[in-house]
Amino acid sequence: MSDVVALGNAGTAIRKANDEGRAALVGYLPAGYPTIDGGIDAIKAMVDGGADVLEIGLPYSDPVMDGVTIQRAAEIALAGGLRTRDVLATVEKIAAYSDVPVLVMTYWNPIERYGVDRFAADFAAAGGAGLITPDLIPDEGAEWIAAADKYELDKVFLVSPSSTDARIALTTANCRGFVYATAVMGVTGARDQISDLAAPLVSRTKAATGLPVGVGLGVSNADQAAGVAAYADAVIVGSAFVKALDAGGAAGVRELTESLAEGVRREPRKPVDR
Amino acid sequence: MTAVLPDQLGHFGRFGGRFMPEALIAPLDELTAAWQEAMADKSFTDEFERMLREYAGTPSLLYDATRLSDVAGARILLKREDLNHTGAHKIRNVLGQALLTKRMGKTRVIAETGAGQHGVATATACAYLDLECVVYMGEVDTERQALNVARMKLLGAEVIPVKTGSRTLKDAINEALRDWVSSVDNTHYLLGTAAGGHPFPAMVRDFVRGIGDEARAQSLELLGRLPDAAVACVGGGSNAIGLFAAFVPDTEVKLFGIEAGGDGYETGRHAATITAGQIGVLHGARSYLLQDEDGQTIESHSISAGLDYPGVGPEHSWLAETGRASYRPVADAEAMESFRLLARTEGIIPAIESAHAIAGTLQIARELGPDATILVCLSGRGDKDMDTAGEWFGLIDGNGKA
Repeated sequence: MSDVVALGNAGTAIRKANDEGRAALVGYLPAGYPTIDGGIDAIKAMVDGGADVLEIGLPYSDPVMDGVTIQRAAEIALAGGLRTRDVLATVEKIAAYSDVPVLVMTYWNPIERYGVDRFAADFAAAGGAGLITPDLIPDEGAEWIAAADKYELDKVFLVSPSSTDARIALTTANCRGFVYATAVMGVTGARDQISDLAAPLVSRTKAATGLPVGVGLGVSNADQAAGVAAYADAVIVGSAFVKALDAGGAAGVRELTESLAEGVRREPRKPVDR
Repeated sequence: MTAVLPDQLGHFGRFGGRFMPEALIAPLDELTAAWQEAMADKSFTDEFERMLREYAGTPSLLYDATRLSDVAGARILLKREDLNHTGAHKIRNVLGQALLTKRMGKTRVIAETGAGQHGVATATACAYLDLECVVYMGEVDTERQALNVARMKLLGAEVIPVKTGSRTLKDAINEALRDWVSSVDNTHYLLGTAAGGHPFPAMVRDFVRGIGDEARAQSLELLGRLPDAAVACVGGGSNAIGLFAAFVPDTEVKLFGIEAGGDGYETGRHAATITAGQIGVLHGARSYLLQDEDGQTIESHSISAGLDYPGVGPEHSWLAETGRASYRPVADAEAMESFRLLARTEGIIPAIESAHAIAGTLQIARELGPDATILVCLSGRGDKDMDTAGEWFGLIDGNGKA
């Protein structure tokens, strides 16, 4: 375990929740869905419902890590004319609305096209907390790592059940904020059962780093959130929020957030060993 | 050109690499190791060569196209990949990767296909080597290419129509990658071109490089020297890299890649990725690609389904940037004129992809002059394109009769 833990923005919020004896709730929604303003209202509803960290998706034409729910939302957002600058404007409005850290989850090409340093500067100025980069591995991430360090942004890379211990060590050493553990070998989307690959992955990851570990992919309801909260520092929910937004608008998003927030508080946790 | 490319992480200069989900990194490392071990194992390379010789029909002929040469005003040599089993160079790549799949102990193969040529080739190799085969194909393409869907099914493959995004080739690749993330334990993704994350660009190149290796030796035998230029069409770029690989060190041989100019480069409706694109990341590698100001992929356009892809293999971007190869677009109309020209002068109906290479060769012949000898990869045959050609030239009447 490393001596210096780079908690950053999101990590600090997650540890605050952990200090309350619970896991943190990380909520994802894409920007611009169903419209730019509608997306902002929905993300605010996640804040109001009790999310500890926010993930705003940057819609992309070729989202290979996403299942149909998020793919469809991204297509609708882009068809509606969403631009990268609209995502930055969304971040700015949400950051002004609350102190909840705002991460952007993005495939790499839109950032490279915008200009990595320029994006980091504009994103930091908008009040953004950091990026989650599902198709950027630290091996290819030198430019982003330098920009994130310069603007003090969180760098959330992913670990997977297939990651070797050597790769987990490399990846976690390059993370700031938290480590995103993908619970399944697969894409985003609600699943009936949480994979039994998640807990061993969290334990292997914790052996490599003192950073908080968040678990995502497949968590959709309070019972699943409670189950994951027993071993993870943060529970990440995405597609279920898109579905809640489709079914019940911002009110539906708030309702799901409250339900998940209850889930992550259900089982008392031991304080985090640091 | 002394450095061995790509480097350990799959970079050709600033191109290539691995822009892939972490979930696929360990499997890509395993694939890299398995491929490198296989290529160093004589029993593997002997078996690959035996399959190519006895099943695929290689080495393909090098044909001195004298009547085409008269029209072109330079000597044109055609590398007859159209005569291979399944009618294109693609059989080399699919046999190599399918054999590697067996060696890795995997039982299932997935592939993407645009018009269906790579899907048919993959289904063929899977039937031959007794592997389960699933092909992802854009829904739009399954409707346009019903005959190829039937071929794949006859060969025992399952064809899954992709209904997301633009419902064409790039979305079929996305869907195959999504499958692979969840199935990589028993499944190999048999990518159809020299693109994607490392090791695919280098691995596919090495499986198809027989095109150039054979043609180089055949040229020396026929001419007593190397040709002055080598020309191939470039979509993702597998037949071109297969031709170029042998000649890259021979700096006296000029290398030309011909991209799909679609409705014309100036219209914006084309697939001329290197000519008109910018550097970015798509499907696992950094390369040139067609993208908008925000880095969203732009749909490509070409009469040739095999060239209709908004990306290109990273080694081509490297060869373009270093100036070792040059790339130029040829529009649909010019390619179709060459399609007919080759049929009329040589009695060879080429794939429309390959017709782009012929059209580019006519330009290059004018530039190099009558003493030049130009080697062209005739990457595939045109049977699959007769609907398109019939419509283009008005050979089929309103009732669908010739």
